[in-house]
Amino acid sequence: MPKLIKDGAVIANPWELIGRDETLAGSLDRQSANLLVPASLWLENREAFIASGKTIGVWLDAGQSPELLAEHLSELPLIALNFPAFADGRSYSSAFILRHHYHYQGELRAIGDVLRDQLFYMKRCGFDAFDVQDGVKEADALAAFSDFATSYQSTIAEPAPLFRRR
Amino acid sequence: MYVYDQYDHRMLEDRVAQYRDQTRRFLGGDLSEDQFRPLRLQNGLYIQRLAPMLRVAIPYGCLSSTQLRKLASISRDYDKGYAHFSTRQNIQYHWPKLEQVPDILAELSEVSMHSIQTSGNCIRNTTTDQFAGVAADEIEDSRPWCEIIRQWSTFHPEFAFLPRKFKIAVCGTQTDQAATQVHDIGLYLLNDSSGNLGFQVLVGGGLGRTPVIGQVIREFLPWQHLLSYLDAILRIYNREGRRDNKYKARIKILVKELGVDVFRDKVEKEWSYLENGPATLNEAEVQRCKRYFTPPDYENLPDQDASFDACMTTDLLFNHWVERNVQAHKQPGYRIVTLCLKETGIAPGDVTDQQMEFIADLAERYSFGELRVSHEQNLVLTDVRLTDLPALYRALKSHSLATPYLGLLNDIICCPGGDFCSLANAKSIPIAESIQRRFNDFETLKDIGNISLNISGCMNACGHHHVGNIGILGVDKKGEEFYQISLGGSADRETALGKIMGPSFAQEDIPAVIDKILTVYQQQRQEGEEFIQTYHRIGMEPFKEYVYAKAD
Repeated sequence: MPKLIKDGAVIANPWELIGRDETLAGSLDRQSANLLVPASLWLENREAFIASGKTIGVWLDAGQSPELLAEHLSELPLIALNFPAFADGRSYSSAFILRHHYHYQGELRAIGDVLRDQLFYMKRCGFDAFDVQDGVKEADALAAFSDFATSYQSTIAEPAPLFRRR
Repeated sequence: MYVYDQYDHRMLEDRVAQYRDQTRRFLGGDLSEDQFRPLRLQNGLYIQRLAPMLRVAIPYGCLSSTQLRKLASISRDYDKGYAHFSTRQNIQYHWPKLEQVPDILAELSEVSMHSIQTSGNCIRNTTTDQFAGVAADEIEDSRPWCEIIRQWSTFHPEFAFLPRKFKIAVCGTQTDQAATQVHDIGLYLLNDSSGNLGFQVLVGGGLGRTPVIGQVIREFLPWQHLLSYLDAILRIYNREGRRDNKYKARIKILVKELGVDVFRDKVEKEWSYLENGPATLNEAEVQRCKRYFTPPDYENLPDQDASFDACMTTDLLFNHWVERNVQAHKQPGYRIVTLCLKETGIAPGDVTDQQMEFIADLAERYSFGELRVSHEQNLVLTDVRLTDLPALYRALKSHSLATPYLGLLNDIICCPGGDFCSLANAKSIPIAESIQRRFNDFETLKDIGNISLNISGCMNACGHHHVGNIGILGVDKKGEEFYQISLGGSADRETALGKIMGPSFAQEDIPAVIDKILTVYQQQRQEGEEFIQTYHRIGMEPFKEYVYAKAD
């Protein structure tokens, strides 16, 4: 099972990820009580998902606009943002937009090609959960969050830039 | 010069430790080649044709004697005793060992230097006019603003994996020696009609295989909003820039595809979420940064000197050097001196460890211990007393650093080319040398006058060939190296892209072709006209006709 890092610890991941080509029926057949559903599938079948009684989170692909979810954020305990490749940086901006422009308060999870060396930046952009790729050593991943003692910019994790703190 | 405080130092130390660990994990097999590549690139490390290449940032071109001595000792201890000044206010080592790079970075950090974001798809070293702070035509010193941008861009968490590299230039002078309009973002400092300071903001400039001149998206951005506006531009680019084709991934392509008006609207909308937010700059921070760039302790000096005047009349070579390489200064009795690193037979921008140490000594003795690096691959002593010029000249001459070529044909901008670079189609250094050998007489060069000749070994355009009055581009024709020549480019306030003259030439023909181009200029020029002005008046045709005329 891939490792999920949240609040500085490796924890079990109760969420079942629904792939981008799956159907409503296929999704609802799953055993898991927590489904992480592709945003477009969820938007098309929102009522049905609510009626199912399952706990639903959605995931957005890197090319999808966070604006798609803007009206429904209070219904979503979890939004996951996909990194199709670790060098595809679009989801960093999506995270910022969800947190900053739309004030999203729920869990913001990085999924996909999530590696040790990007975790520090992800956290600063507003991610608070990280579905780290197999093969990343647990100790390495946990150490990532203290790569730097301080940073210059205004970010989600620390809105005051260094020039307001130094 | 900016002086690191505890926070800046700590960040640099953390970076060295981070990269040491990344290198360890790569060598130990925990990181794949693909996973390691962007990490090493964001620390300036390329894998080149012959060896790795390490690019070290000289933020906005400012360098101290202490730093230069460190660069010299690194070149001796980890490399072959020389280094190369690039066209982006960086310095490059061409022979370091991958496993030693963490040690090199640790040494650099001792003098507040680094190779952070000198490569990779991230925000690169911010560049500016090499005369910032001393230029006689200055509107506003760009260096504090560059430092503010340096801090904002360093480890910006959101923009470390952009579609492609991203370059910002800031210019506070009238003339613009920073090639501002061919940057992803170009910022011109200016005052509005009420005297408030701000920036004109250009986006989408760039060279490479699709050269484009940047377009204005904001006529006046008050300084307070500099960083939030940059955030807005970068966010639009990060989300919408093309990632399917690396040759179409620069912001210039996005701006072109959307149209500048649509792009501007997107940026303004994005910025509306950020306006007056925590990233808004305040007076305290600007003043803090400005304090590091106050003028040095100038003496009150007359703006003339009898012994200097005497040398000017008795020593012709000194006279030539002053005429070309010495510029007016804001402060009476002081001059700006450029060391033209274009000695014939030496690759443009190359310096040895001994030269670096010698220059560091000179900077200490004659220019308050500071230097500048220019995008034309030269070094500048910004604050030299007029009375010291003869002694400085003699010292430079003894180390082959008094080449009186500044702004002349032989002051060639040139990338490392096929001798070093794995991207190059063709060599560029031997081309520069063959031209310098043909035009080696000062009177001839002086007669040709102000002209820029830029050479790139491939269409990535590190040698800025598109914006040279004469541009030379190495191309590959069925495995053979050929050279395409363009005319009419310039990189100043009137930035223009050169036009290709016609079919390309073999390497051995280049000096003769340049000769013909210059002959047309010399025959057709009117009184006082520089090459570029004659070109604009008469156009491409006369040059083309003469160069390609069949021998009878």
